[in-house]
Amino acid sequence: MAAAIEAIQLTRRFGDFTAVNALSIAVETGEIFGLLGPNGAGKTTAIKMLTGLLQPTEGTARIAGFDVERESEEVKRRLGYMSQLFSLYPDLTVEENIVFFAGLYGVTGARLKQRRAWVLDMAGLDRQRDTMTSALPLGWKQRLALGCAVLHEPPVLFLDEPTSGVDPLSRRRFWDLIQTLAESGTTVLVSTHYLEEAEYCQRVALMNRGRLVALDRPAQLRGQATDPLFELETPNPLRAVEVLSQDPGVVDATLFGRNVHLTLREAANADHRVRDLLATHEVAVTSLEPVAPTLEDAVVSLIRRTGGAADD
Amino acid sequence: MTERIFAVARKELIQLRRDPRSLTLAFGLPVLLVLLFGYAVSFDVKDIRLAILDEDRTSTSRELIDAFRETKVFRDLGAISRRADADRLLTKGKAQIVIIIPEGFAADAAAHRGGQIQALVDGADANTASISVSYAEATVGTWGQRHEAKLSTMPSGVRPEIRAWYNETLDSRLAIVPGLIAVIMMVIAAMLTSLTIAREWERGTMEQLASTPVHPLEVIGGKLLPYLAIGMIDMGGTVLLGIFVFQVPFHGSLLLLFLTSLLFLLGGLGLGIFVSALVKSQLVATQMSMLITFLPGFLLSGFAFDIDNMPVVLQGVSLLFPARYFIVVTRGIFLKGVGIEVLWPQILALTLFALGGLTLAVRVFHKELEP
Repeated sequence: MAAAIEAIQLTRRFGDFTAVNALSIAVETGEIFGLLGPNGAGKTTAIKMLTGLLQPTEGTARIAGFDVERESEEVKRRLGYMSQLFSLYPDLTVEENIVFFAGLYGVTGARLKQRRAWVLDMAGLDRQRDTMTSALPLGWKQRLALGCAVLHEPPVLFLDEPTSGVDPLSRRRFWDLIQTLAESGTTVLVSTHYLEEAEYCQRVALMNRGRLVALDRPAQLRGQATDPLFELETPNPLRAVEVLSQDPGVVDATLFGRNVHLTLREAANADHRVRDLLATHEVAVTSLEPVAPTLEDAVVSLIRRTGGAADD
Repeated sequence: MTERIFAVARKELIQLRRDPRSLTLAFGLPVLLVLLFGYAVSFDVKDIRLAILDEDRTSTSRELIDAFRETKVFRDLGAISRRADADRLLTKGKAQIVIIIPEGFAADAAAHRGGQIQALVDGADANTASISVSYAEATVGTWGQRHEAKLSTMPSGVRPEIRAWYNETLDSRLAIVPGLIAVIMMVIAAMLTSLTIAREWERGTMEQLASTPVHPLEVIGGKLLPYLAIGMIDMGGTVLLGIFVFQVPFHGSLLLLFLTSLLFLLGGLGLGIFVSALVKSQLVATQMSMLITFLPGFLLSGFAFDIDNMPVVLQGVSLLFPARYFIVVTRGIFLKGVGIEVLWPQILALTLFALGGLTLAVRVFHKELEP
């Protein structure tokens, strides 16, 4: 069976700048697929090419087996898209927005009634149906936008940072909706820069500077933080960070609570080298232990190794 | 296909209903323009302020003065007695024209030596000045004929009798109301559509539309319909106001006016869509459409200024603006009652304009919406 979403060597250049560089991914039907990466990594550009909103410079994209460029009619009928920017009509009521987009998707008659009720219920907006959309809190707006994007029950759903700027509770609720949709067979590709949200995804693609840096299950991705990580306990953490940061063998030293997290270039003899270094600067060491990396550690390490974030 | 067009049109109407700025433009501006041009602004020159210095003081000179007072175009400020007063009145702008009848005028006239009078006009407003001089000449001419006829027993030869066809009283209002329709259509077409389309780009809703199966043609159709309707409603209102309030005669075919208005409006709407899809900002789009449609519609269409009197270059430029053709059509239908047999070149030009405007709109939409 063909993948629900497929990108083959997808590339987009804007002049000299390559926003997306030979991106190849294949998303299985019913999968929740996360697109991670710092700002400027090329996530939005990739999504725009996959949805047919932007023409790729090179490469092809297929949705449910249809070529995005050549069979755009077929593709558009099968996808729902929610852009990074809230893009419903603020001067229409909740219900008017639903009816308008239903009209564009050709959802009419009895099916319109049924889908409208479903969206209002799903988004929890039953009592706000006559509220002007501009008056809704952001979290509610995002749920309405999601509802409008799935009015026609598309098999493939693209969400571009749907939860940015939304409070944690609304975010949680939003992810519940995504999971409900995926359980009913919808393939979801979602970009985010909240790393904890990656845990909701079956697989995660990490992008940096337009390139695919890693693609794996969240648990496996954590293991890809190959730079050894240590936790240092010391009575003088500030001084320790100062000393360690200047050493060429230390990639990163940051305060982590009252302790210091250290990323080293090499694991060999790590214990001795750090202790020696701190001793020459008269910083006492209470304990120095290797720690298991979090997903954030892994992502930060991967981004650092691939040239750092584009906007740093 | 039609279902989606109506979905867009319905949405457009709801948004319009809630947008006071567009509503004012759509329905307030036409009324304002009609009232402004119907009542306040007039290209007619009336009540020219006149002062007369009679140095001749004969019965002949007093007859001439009476002739001036009888006309409705001059308002006599009263006699003055010194030339210095003439200077003062003109300088201060109290008088627009001063007639001086020199000593010996009656004697010269009687002796067929050609009695002369002097007219001093305030040339600061050149248009009013030249019209004042023409009126003064006409007044003196008419009086001269009467005077000679009285003196001689011979019937005085040929007399000019001037009639202005289609507008007997040369009332500028009659020309203004039909012309106004063209100007109003421009406002509706260019300003309103450029606002609605540019707003979609600014808010990012256009991208949302592009992600749905809606075809660019359907978006354009849905956007055109409401504004086409509003334009026609405005036009109907203007026509009714013109006929019943300003007593403009309507001699031609309503159907022809309706059809030509549709053509003109379609072209204008297309142009508005083109501009706003190109610049994608409400502010710039409004300014651009003002610049390319509203101003030429006002200035270069023959609405306010006669095209034949323009420099040749501007005459050439005016050919590019459809308002020029549409004004000929509306005036022709209103005042002359002519039809296709006379207006076909203009109708052809409007058809080309409509096709061109819509083609531009569709093309730029395709380019911007489809990747």
